[in-house]
Amino acid sequence: MRPFTYTRAKDATSASQSLANNPNARFLAGGTNLLDLMKEDVERPTSLVDIAELGLSDVKSITSGSNKGGISLGGLGKNTDAANHPLVRQHYPLLTQAILAGASGQIRNMATNGGNLMQRTRCPYFYEVAMPCNKRTPETGCGAKEGINRMHAIFGWSEQCVAVYPSDMAVALAALDAVIHVRNASGQERSIPIADFHRLPGNQPDRDTNLMHGELITSIELPQNRFAEKSYYLKVRDRASYAFALVSVAAALETEGNIIKKARIAMGGVAHKPWRALKAEQALIGKEATEANFRAAANAEMADAKPLSHNAFKVELGNRSIVLALQMALNGGKA
Amino acid sequence: MDEHESPELTDDEKRLFADLMPEDLNEILDSGVNRRHFLKLITLASGGILAAQSALAEQLITRPVNVTEALDSAPLSLDNPVNVAFKVNGTARKLTVDSRMTLLDTLRERLDLTGSKKGCDHGQCGACTVMVNGQRVLSCLTLAASCEGKTVQTIEGLAQNEKLHPMQEAFLKHDGFQCGFCTPGQICSAVALLTEAKKGHASYVTQNVRQPAGPLILSDEEIRERMSGNICRCGAYPNIVAAIKEVQHGKPVEQIFRSV
Repeated sequence: MRPFTYTRAKDATSASQSLANNPNARFLAGGTNLLDLMKEDVERPTSLVDIAELGLSDVKSITSGSNKGGISLGGLGKNTDAANHPLVRQHYPLLTQAILAGASGQIRNMATNGGNLMQRTRCPYFYEVAMPCNKRTPETGCGAKEGINRMHAIFGWSEQCVAVYPSDMAVALAALDAVIHVRNASGQERSIPIADFHRLPGNQPDRDTNLMHGELITSIELPQNRFAEKSYYLKVRDRASYAFALVSVAAALETEGNIIKKARIAMGGVAHKPWRALKAEQALIGKEATEANFRAAANAEMADAKPLSHNAFKVELGNRSIVLALQMALNGGKA
Repeated sequence: MDEHESPELTDDEKRLFADLMPEDLNEILDSGVNRRHFLKLITLASGGILAAQSALAEQLITRPVNVTEALDSAPLSLDNPVNVAFKVNGTARKLTVDSRMTLLDTLRERLDLTGSKKGCDHGQCGACTVMVNGQRVLSCLTLAASCEGKTVQTIEGLAQNEKLHPMQEAFLKHDGFQCGFCTPGQICSAVALLTEAKKGHASYVTQNVRQPAGPLILSDEEIRERMSGNICRCGAYPNIVAAIKEVQHGKPVEQIFRSV
């Protein structure tokens, strides 16, 4: 690992200022992804600002503002605590399941909610510094596009980058219309809808998110909804646990009788950001909650997929996963 | 004193040594073996597994190694020195570490606590699992600098004097290992899992996460999911699950190797 200075931040504002003064400085929270990337020489910060002890870790009910009735997760709260908080388990079980589908018990005890959003791709060409990668070093080419791309994107990729975004938590957040609150070095705050937080690669695959350098994720807000009884996070992977998704689906339904009033579907493992399956959602509104309608909705979404040389299987897998996730959601978690 | 007799080995230890490595005994003793070296040798020589089956060996291996020969002195040159004070297995430690030093390397290289193992060093295998403030974490992805004021418990801190932790006993009874390299991480992970289950933490295979949390009795499926961050290359998984089940359920579980 390359040398870096280490400082323990005293408060959020001074932490952001330390970053603003040094383009090669990074926040250190759980460290589960950043330290790994530093050992691989992919990330090369000259300074780490440890923000883990700043607080900003509570799960709270929101009592005013546009998300009144929803909840707020502290940006520096641990994934384990978010997943197991009674408010989350009771009202947002989809988020609990998604968090628990990711990583291992040890990593979830370390990883923070904000850090989870900031995870970088696990594309092996990004990780291997001897390989070309536009995300790691702009304008060096993409090793994966013509290389081994079984794990890679089928939606929204560009000639520059075909990597997928790895988080499970963020897929549930996309389905739940979360809003990310951030604060910069001057103390200015802004909120970013989850759909605008992560980016498609386009011509700038080195930029994963729309967060500016020095902005700190203070909280993640979840608006109130009626999906708690009918939601499910399905994760399909190469082994039963502790692996990244080939395809994952966060599905949530609000029904009246057997008629679908609202539907939310987001996918992981298929794009450079959590992929909101808006066409599938549209196809379900006002329809009966039947397997045939679930299939039609899945087809509507997956028809747009553009697989690479090794991942055509993800199209059929995505199709079936959407149908199964919707069925599980409808039946309260049972197939 | 006979020059072949190392003053630091007890008769029991020499007898065990002779049992495990009869052909090497004289040669090794000739080179002047102290007790610490001896412990390393029998573990390295895969004697750890054999030895673990004898009560004598069990006692010897778990006897704490004396680490007072201060390893606390910092290396001469550090790029970015950071002072850190934390508690390890009940003992307060103050160190100056390079900012790059992980908790794992600090335990192993500076505090001579080599129980925690460096498997992958990238957070993929779980061999380095320790408990920080009572929660299981990966020491390979934790900077020592970030442990200021925290409490660390490692495999060396589980036994009380010469009495093994119930999870250590259960791993012995159920043969929850083959080569033993992943075992310290498996056991630390399993011990922390007990607390998580008591608090009612959910897992990805929990049927209904909306049910209010309360103490849980874990199924085999739940144990496997909750232990998925600890990889065992020897594939001792069924025995590991049986060991954890015995402690978690609080009643004897039949040894798998007897039931098949």
